[in-house]
Amino acid sequence: MAEWEAIKPENKALGWFEERLPILSLVHNVVGAGTPTPRNLNYWWNFGSLAGLMLVVQIISGIVLAMHYTPDTALAFDSVERIMRDVNYGWLIRYMHANGASFFFIAVYIHILRGLYYGSYKAPREVLWMLGLVIFLLMMATAFMGYVLPWGQMSFWGATVITNLFSAIPVVGDSIVTLLWGGFSVDNPTLKRFFSLHFLLPFVILGVVILHIWAKKVSDSGNPLGIDVKSNADQIPFHPYYTIKDAFGAGVFFLIFAYFLFYMPNAMGHPDNYIPAEPLVTPDSIVPEWYFLPFYAILRSITFDIGIPFTDIVFIPAKLLGVIAMFASILLLFFLPWLDTSKVRSAQFRPTYRYFFWFLVADMVLLTIVGGKKPEGIWPMLGLIGTAYYFAHFLVILPLLGKMEKTLPLPESISQAVIAKAAK
Amino acid sequence: MKFVKNIAITLAAVAGIATGFSSASNAAAVDKHPMKMQWSFEGNFGTYDIASAQRGWQVYKQVCSACHALKYFRFRNLEDIGYSEDMIKAFAAEYEVAGEPDDAGDETVRAALPQDVFPAPFANDNAARASNGGALPPDLSLMVKARHDGANYLYSLLVGYEDAPADREISAGKYYNPYFKGGQISMAPPLSEGVVDYEDGTPATSEQMAKDVVTFLTYVAEPKLVDRHHMGMNVLAFLALLTIIFYLSMKKLWKNVKTGRNVYED
Repeated sequence: MAEWEAIKPENKALGWFEERLPILSLVHNVVGAGTPTPRNLNYWWNFGSLAGLMLVVQIISGIVLAMHYTPDTALAFDSVERIMRDVNYGWLIRYMHANGASFFFIAVYIHILRGLYYGSYKAPREVLWMLGLVIFLLMMATAFMGYVLPWGQMSFWGATVITNLFSAIPVVGDSIVTLLWGGFSVDNPTLKRFFSLHFLLPFVILGVVILHIWAKKVSDSGNPLGIDVKSNADQIPFHPYYTIKDAFGAGVFFLIFAYFLFYMPNAMGHPDNYIPAEPLVTPDSIVPEWYFLPFYAILRSITFDIGIPFTDIVFIPAKLLGVIAMFASILLLFFLPWLDTSKVRSAQFRPTYRYFFWFLVADMVLLTIVGGKKPEGIWPMLGLIGTAYYFAHFLVILPLLGKMEKTLPLPESISQAVIAKAAK
Repeated sequence: MKFVKNIAITLAAVAGIATGFSSASNAAAVDKHPMKMQWSFEGNFGTYDIASAQRGWQVYKQVCSACHALKYFRFRNLEDIGYSEDMIKAFAAEYEVAGEPDDAGDETVRAALPQDVFPAPFANDNAARASNGGALPPDLSLMVKARHDGANYLYSLLVGYEDAPADREISAGKYYNPYFKGGQISMAPPLSEGVVDYEDGTPATSEQMAKDVVTFLTYVAEPKLVDRHHMGMNVLAFLALLTIIFYLSMKKLWKNVKTGRNVYED
């Protein structure tokens, strides 16, 4: 951690305030001119600030939507349509919020994959990584509950399927489901508590984001070479270098976001959610939003019980096993800093790991596709293979690879590598 | 840029495998894919063809509204498809809606006003089912957005009625339509040549009426489409300019660092 520099503003009033609450110093030392940062961060390092920006977009648009939305099963769908038709610029705010969720997940997924490729989870950044995973879990809960609020067919049936998962938990499962529903089916109490929690959780996320940035301040940013900072020559101040680079990245990212918002606002949604919720009519296929599909595929891939073969004795029924697999697929990532035994952080110097990284990406894409298909024909088998590979990557390949892989020689220092590259 | 190349290869490989499988599994599907039509509202500069939307309103009013409600559509919305205030008042006055109770507390009726919702054909779902052989005619306000490829789907459905293949058993009171899920629909073919007498003299063929009513229903489902397309251009232009300015600033600021110079002194 770089030394903390105190700021002394020339303006008297500002100086008086700064002495009592050093907020300028905080900014200066965390994302400002007094924040030494590796000089070689590439564009994949833009996605952290992009995720942060999307959180702000979601909170602001969400607060405006909440002013017009009515969480009541008889009125929710109508109130959303009222926002779309009669509230001034309501269509803009709602499409921004709906597509903003997708773009928030895009930014976060790239941010996580960046971490996987460059070994950002390794010492001393384990807690930084875990706080990121906590944010990811909170986002999933928030997005799920948000999708229920318009009270369309997918809202209702998605809520029914996902909350029912908890009934697989032995002994207390049914009580948990009753608690989630606030009754004995997905109904008005469910919608109201989901609205309340959907409003609350983003602020919890904001809190964990602050911890995440604090942990980044303590352990300093990683970098594409994965080697530690050795001298001042390896670093440049965060501001103006990375603030302007983040601004440029945000410009590009928001151009794509705006294109979706204005020209294909429903491309990432499901048409069934424009049909009001109807508890007596089950949709053709119940599909979650795209960002949940890989985990949905893992959940559905398990269709066998674990028990004693050739008897009726079942230890873990298929449903529970699927739920365990789904939660384990994310909880597993908390142990990643210790599952990956390699001393080298960056995949740039791990030629074999690089291939496995791309296999994992391909596997996630495959699971996303499988998650969106009806479970028939070849798909369940592909889902099972994809799930097995996902777990094998983290539980078998990574621990062994770290011991067996012959890594490439690391450069002396960041500045040396950068100057060598500039000379070319 | 090896990174980007790797991503491209990964995605291409998986997409290739997946489309291979899905085309194999889709071959068994029964519903026909909707016809691909040209629509005025498509594309980034798309806007509503006002004349077509007005004819579509006439088709809805004279044909569809006998069974299908339009609960999110108010008479005043007709202003967006080119009707004047007086015409809208006249349209509304043709219908009666429930009024406030009178001084004695008895129910009253009054002529509809521009702010009223287009009156539903049936008092409730049960009444609608009872008059339609048990089938519920759905509300059409959001139909275009509530189906995949909605505009093309609705058009295909409306003009896609045909005689059932010889090996196909059709239940009593149902009609064969290959675009409808399962192939059997409870709605009788709603459009036939000349069922509507267009005010603007356009020949009322089934295809023309289907096209017009889909344009109207697309407007009802997405009334702010034109505003959205227009604002989108301004936003994209602004963001593009801002991004260029950011890019040039970044290049200028980073010049020293890129040439290998140090910011901090050792």
